[in-house]
Parts: sequence; structure tokens; C-alpha cells
Amino acid sequence: MLLETRGLTKSFGSVRALRDASFTLRAGEVHGLMGENGAGKSTLIKLLTGLNQPDGGEILLDGRPVSFDSPRTAQAAGVAAVYQEINLIPERSVADNLFLGREPRWFGLLVDRARMIADSRAILARYGLAIDPRAPLNTLGLGLQQLVSIARVVSLGARAVILDEPTSALSGAEVELLYSVVEQLRADGIGLIYVSHRLSECYRLCDRLTVLRDGAIVASDTTDALPRARLVSAMLGREQAASSTRKPRQAAADAPSQAPSQATSGDSSLGALHVEGLSWRHRVRDVSLDVARGEIVGLAGLLGSGRTETLKTIFGAEKPESGSVFVGGTRIGRPRPSESIRRGLAFLSEDRRSEGVFAQLSVAENLTASVLPRISRWGIVSRRRRDALVARYVRELGVKTASFDTPVTALSGGNQQKVLIARALCTDPEMVMLDDPTRGIDVGAKAEVHRVVRGLASEGLGVLVTSSELEEVVELSDRLVVLDEGRVTGGIDTEGRDADDVLALLAGPAATDGAPA
Amino acid sequence: MSATTAGATPLRVQTRDQTRQRLVGLVQSRGAIVVLVVAMLAAGLAFPDFLRIGNLSDIAVAASFLGLVAIGQTLVVILGGFDLSVGSMVGLGTVLAAYAAPYGALAAIAAPVAAGLLVGLVDGLLIVKARMAPFIVTLAALLALKGLAVMLAGESLVIADPGLFGRIANGAWLGIGNLVVVLAVAYAIAAIVLNRTRYGAAVFAIGGNEEAARMLGVRVDRVKIATYCASGALAGLAGSLLAAHLSSGLSSAGTGYELQSIAAAVIGGVLLTGGVGTMLGALAGVLLLGVIENVINQIGSLSAAYQGLASGAFLLLAVVVQSGLTRSRAG
Repeated sequence: MLLETRGLTKSFGSVRALRDASFTLRAGEVHGLMGENGAGKSTLIKLLTGLNQPDGGEILLDGRPVSFDSPRTAQAAGVAAVYQEINLIPERSVADNLFLGREPRWFGLLVDRARMIADSRAILARYGLAIDPRAPLNTLGLGLQQLVSIARVVSLGARAVILDEPTSALSGAEVELLYSVVEQLRADGIGLIYVSHRLSECYRLCDRLTVLRDGAIVASDTTDALPRARLVSAMLGREQAASSTRKPRQAAADAPSQAPSQATSGDSSLGALHVEGLSWRHRVRDVSLDVARGEIVGLAGLLGSGRTETLKTIFGAEKPESGSVFVGGTRIGRPRPSESIRRGLAFLSEDRRSEGVFAQLSVAENLTASVLPRISRWGIVSRRRRDALVARYVRELGVKTASFDTPVTALSGGNQQKVLIARALCTDPEMVMLDDPTRGIDVGAKAEVHRVVRGLASEGLGVLVTSSELEEVVELSDRLVVLDEGRVTGGIDTEGRDADDVLALLAGPAATDGAPA
Repeated sequence: MSATTAGATPLRVQTRDQTRQRLVGLVQSRGAIVVLVVAMLAAGLAFPDFLRIGNLSDIAVAASFLGLVAIGQTLVVILGGFDLSVGSMVGLGTVLAAYAAPYGALAAIAAPVAAGLLVGLVDGLLIVKARMAPFIVTLAALLALKGLAVMLAGESLVIADPGLFGRIANGAWLGIGNLVVVLAVAYAIAAIVLNRTRYGAAVFAIGGNEEAARMLGVRVDRVKIATYCASGALAGLAGSLLAAHLSSGLSSAGTGYELQSIAAAVIGGVLLTGGVGTMLGALAGVLLLGVIENVINQIGSLSAAYQGLASGAFLLLAVVVQSGLTRSRAG
């Protein structure tokens, strides 16, 4: 056995990130490591590469116990990771990057550039890469940069290589190139741990698959013996037998039929949101979808399926390469957030801390941040108008705050989220997109947020929502659009469905038997 | 041995738009030299005296003090930092040299250099170990060292008998001042260190992506401390030679060098964000500032205020061109 862990355990504070993980990697094997966010994949990688040290259990290399106190010692022993975000020096040449820290020198003094370039060429050729070693790294595409990164660790003597989501940002051609490099590594007897969210990819490349959930290994088998449906239910933690509550028919679901007619200048047949052929950097691929007025549409998909990217691209926060977006029947000419907001599209980011709240500001200041011109006269914010607006939303959404001037960070997560939803609503949108609106808030607050979202729909707004929990998005939405690798791969009416039905759809074409249209 | 097995068909992978990339890189690293040559030819046409060896040597001698400081500054900026302490370090260096001069030329050179090393070491340790911002640390040093220089020497301290020490700075060989030779040798060594040693590769790597450099096994802390030490020592050396040149220690000497050296580096194509730059470019930046000063002096009727105006214009031009280049490289 090339690399093995026995009963590996690690906690961060009170969180048990990895529990009793026993994992093996053979030479010449590609071993897929899968799991949702927070399943413990990164923790396992960090322990294997010496970024963190285990609390219990042991790591064996070639059958001998080892302990790595840093990535440097792990690399020296032959274990290295190549991360999704390229950890190289963009401005330097390919050769400089390949040999950083171990440049060949004359008499231990001056770097022998000619030899360095010749050696680089040889290393690259071994993996079928005809890259000029003198080219600055940042003149290469992302895929090639990643391959340079792989070539570096292997040429440093790594025998166990961890590839962390290697294809998440690559084009089709780049992915094929990566696959051929993976095959070469396999033939060279290097053990690969392949971390990916893409099922089809793992089934194509991997000899064995291991699934982590909540810090524990929940499934591990050869690829042939682990069908997609079982893999996905292991990832999401749903035993096929376990029954879940069928979704009750909800009042809000009736809304589409009786959507209030809001007078708009645009083509009302296009609904609240109409997206056509939207693409962005291989993460969002030719996405088309519709949301009617008064309808809640859930965007479902595994992690890495492009949920957040899709919402951001619709909003114009990422600049689409192709496709168009219509809000309330009006086309958004120049995709950018300010334009989208003006046209009546509101977006709530999943990342509350870095893209949401202004931590230093008060509840009122946060709530009104995007409508300052409307409540100002001659550039001076009118406190009276501001307080009226804030009072209205605090009441309507039930924000629990001591006063309007309370620092927003003094509020609970759920109430902060309501302030952000209120901020989005201040702009009088016709269409609201909520990216995982209940992430990191407690159960009671979740129910409150759900109530608010249903309320929006019943007022005739279109809602597009995602969630990191499948049950939630099934329960909340009238209809689901399923995403896989940035593509819309299906749709399902959630009425009378439960999460298990949707699971089958998520597991991909191989596992679905006649997906409902 | 088996590069052709396992389906690894050699794929011709074309880096996108290589010619343009190369051109962009060339303008970045050599643009300042072209501008310098053009400026000198123009000055030569306007003022026949300008291109005389004597005048050119004078320009280079006058620029040599800033030039030495700019070597250290360039290293620090490529590393992704700033060293604002160098201006005061030059002043302190002249004072220390004046104190040490009675004990011989060697002492008059060694004392300021050692002091500079020590200042760089303290700066570096604070930046690396205490995780303080280079801007703040070196700004504090700038203020403190200036105070120290005034405490030691008041306004100035005359070196009674410079002897060998004075001849080092003021002597000439075939009409070329000794300091020009010192400057040329210093830049040649600096260019080799930057481009042909592991230390140099590490400096570029840290400036390019510090976290990645750490992950790739570069000893980031050591390299940073060493670089601030080099910057301090070079400022001390510049102070020592300036004292020899002036036959006195001046606590106000070197004032403004901290920003002029950054300006010279940036004009020479060093990116303020770190990771990119050349020694030759920085030297061209220093000399360009020197040429501007000389030309304004030749005009005579113009006040020295125009010198700042012209320098500022060149700096702005360099930054505009650079940000354009950076964008076109990314795009």
C-alpha cells in the first residue's frame, strides 16, 4: 500500500472535522474522494499534506508510520497536493516555477538557466506538453497552469498526488489534456487522490471511490461496485429506505395561476425572469430558465454544479460571454449589477460576511445601503424617510433588533439575513434571487426566512432560490431546475415530491428512469 | 523514456498571442532605457555641452547616491514591500561616516553600512515576526533615524581631513568619477543576484504570490529579512559615500530619497504590486531623474521647482503605460 490512514481524527474547536477515517491509496491507482461541503475532504487533504496534524490515528507511507509537520516535509516524503487555485507564481516563467527553490546551479552559486530550461522541456514533454518553458506562467490558460503545477510536484518526487477539483475551471479541451496526464501518471505508478464534484468525471477516471459525509467515510468501493444512485445518497446522507415527509400542497403554490398583474413596459409573457442561453467561463453553460410572477423556482444541484455562478451571471456580477436575461419582459442590455437592480432584479449573495453586510454599520444603514439616492435630498440622507423605510421592513419581515442604530453584527444570523433580504426588497424588485438564504442560521430563523420568501411570491414577485440542503429547496419551491456541471439537465414539479425523487434526478442520466419533463 | 506511451500524445499547446506578450514584456523591462536614451539625445541637441564625458560623469556621480539606495528599494518593491527608512538612513549614514572618518576610510564605510544592516534587520523582523505593515514600520524608522542623526550631529559635522576616504568619492579615472564605477559595479552585481541566484528567484516568487511561494517551499521570512537588510546596508553605503563626497555629515542628507527611489524603480518598470522588475530598468529610472535635474540646471533661467514637475510627469507617464501593459497582458 502506497499511502494509508488508520482511524484518522481531527477536530477544530468543538467541530469534529474528521472521525476515524481509514483510507488507502495504491500505486498506479486513481482514487476518487467525494462529498459535499464540510464533509471532511479538505481536512483529510490537510492532514495528508502536513498542513494540519491529526488528533488521533496514523498515516502510513509504504507501510511505515509517518508524521508531516508541514507541506514541505510531506513533499519531501513524496506526498503533495495540487489545488484548484493555482499555487504558483503567475509573473514568472514556466521553468522558474518548475524549479523554484531547487534551481540547478554552477558551483552552488549562479543559476544555470540553460540547464533549467532544457530540464523543464524534458519534464513537460514527459506529460505530452509542448509548452515553452520560458513563457511567463500567466500567459498560459488555467488548465495548462494546473498541469505545470502537477508536473512540478511529480518532478519533485511526489508518488502520492492529490488533485483538488482539478477540472472545476477548465474548458473541454483542457479537461481532455488533464485526463491524458492523469493516464500518464497512472502508468508511471503514481497514486492519485482525485477530489471532484463531477460524477461523470469520477466514473470515467477513478478505479475506486470513497465518499465522506460529516467527517466520516460513509462509502468506499471500486467504481464498478458503487452505482451513481448509491453514491449520491451516500453523499447527501439519505438512505433510500428512509422515508421523508411528502411535500404538502402549499398555498403559495397556487400563486402562479393568480399572479397579480403588474403593469410593466416589457413583454409580460416572458414572466418575472427569462434567461436564454447564458454562458460564463465553462461554469455556466448555455443555461435557459423561466420564473413566472408569483412563482418560487428552486435551483438544485450538487456542490460545484454552478448554482451560485448561475445566479451571479444572471445578475451581471459575472460578465456572461453569451446569452440574454429578461426581467419583467425587458432585456438587460448591459449585464452588470447596477443595471440589473434598475430593471427590478434583486440578488442576495450566499456569502453574508464578505459580500453582504457592512459589519461596521448599523441595521438602518445596512438596510438602506442600496437606495440612498431615493431617501436623500441634495445628497443628504433624510433620517425621517430612512427611518420610515426601515420601520416598514423591520415590521414586515419581523427583524428582531434593539433599535435601528444597533450595529448589524449584534444581530443573530437569521436577523442579519432578514436585513439583507430587506435591503434587496428596498429596490422594489420584480424578481428576487436568493442564494442559500438560510445558510448558517438556526432552525427557527429558517422557518422565518421561508415565511418571508413565500410572502414575496404571494405578492407576485418571482423568486429563484438555492439551498445547500436538498430538502429545503424541495420544500420551498414550486418547481425545481436541476443543474449539473453548469448545465440545466432537468426540471421537476415539486408538488407531491420529496427529496428522494429529486436525488434520482441529481444522480444524473444513468440513474434516472424517465425524468419528468 | 516512455513519453509516448499511455496515450500522452504530444500536444502542441500554443501559448496565446506569444509575440504580443513578448512585446509587452520588453516594453515593461526596457521602456525606461529607450526613454532615457531619447531624453539624452534631445538634451544633447539642445545643449551641446550636455553630452560631454565630463557632464555625463557629473550626472552619474550626482545620481550615484540615489542609485545605490534604489538598488535596495527595487529589491524591496519586487518583494512586495516598501522601505521608507532609506532617506533618513542616508542622512544618518553621512553622520556616522563623519564620526568614523578619523579612524580611517574603512571605518567610515563600515560604520554606516553596519548601522544600515542593523536598521534593516529590525525593520525586517518587525515586518516578518510581528506581522506589521512595511509602510508603518519603515515610516517609523524614517522618523526615528532622522531624529537620531540630528541628535548626533546637529545640522552638520565637518570631516577635517578626509584623506583616502575623500579620494574614494571624489577621485576620477580617465575623466570618469570613481562613484560612477561604484554605481556600475553595484548594479551589475545586483542584476546577477536578482536574476541568477536562488535568492533572486525567491524575491520574485514572494512578490508574485507570497502564499504560493511559502507553499512551494520558499523560506519567505528569511528572504524578506535579508532584503530589508540589503536595503538598509545600501542606504548606509550611499550615506558613507555622500559624506566622503561632501567632506561632512549632514543630518538632512538623503531627505526625500525614500520616495525618489520608489519613483525611479517604478519609472524603470518595477511593479509597485511586486513580482516584476529589473535592475537595469531601475538604473535607467535613476539616471532619467538625474538627466532631468541636469537639464533644468542647464537652462538656468528655470527654477528648481520645474525639476519636480518634470519628474512627476515622467512618473505618471510610466505608471499610465504600465497599467495599460498590465491590462493588455491580463486580457
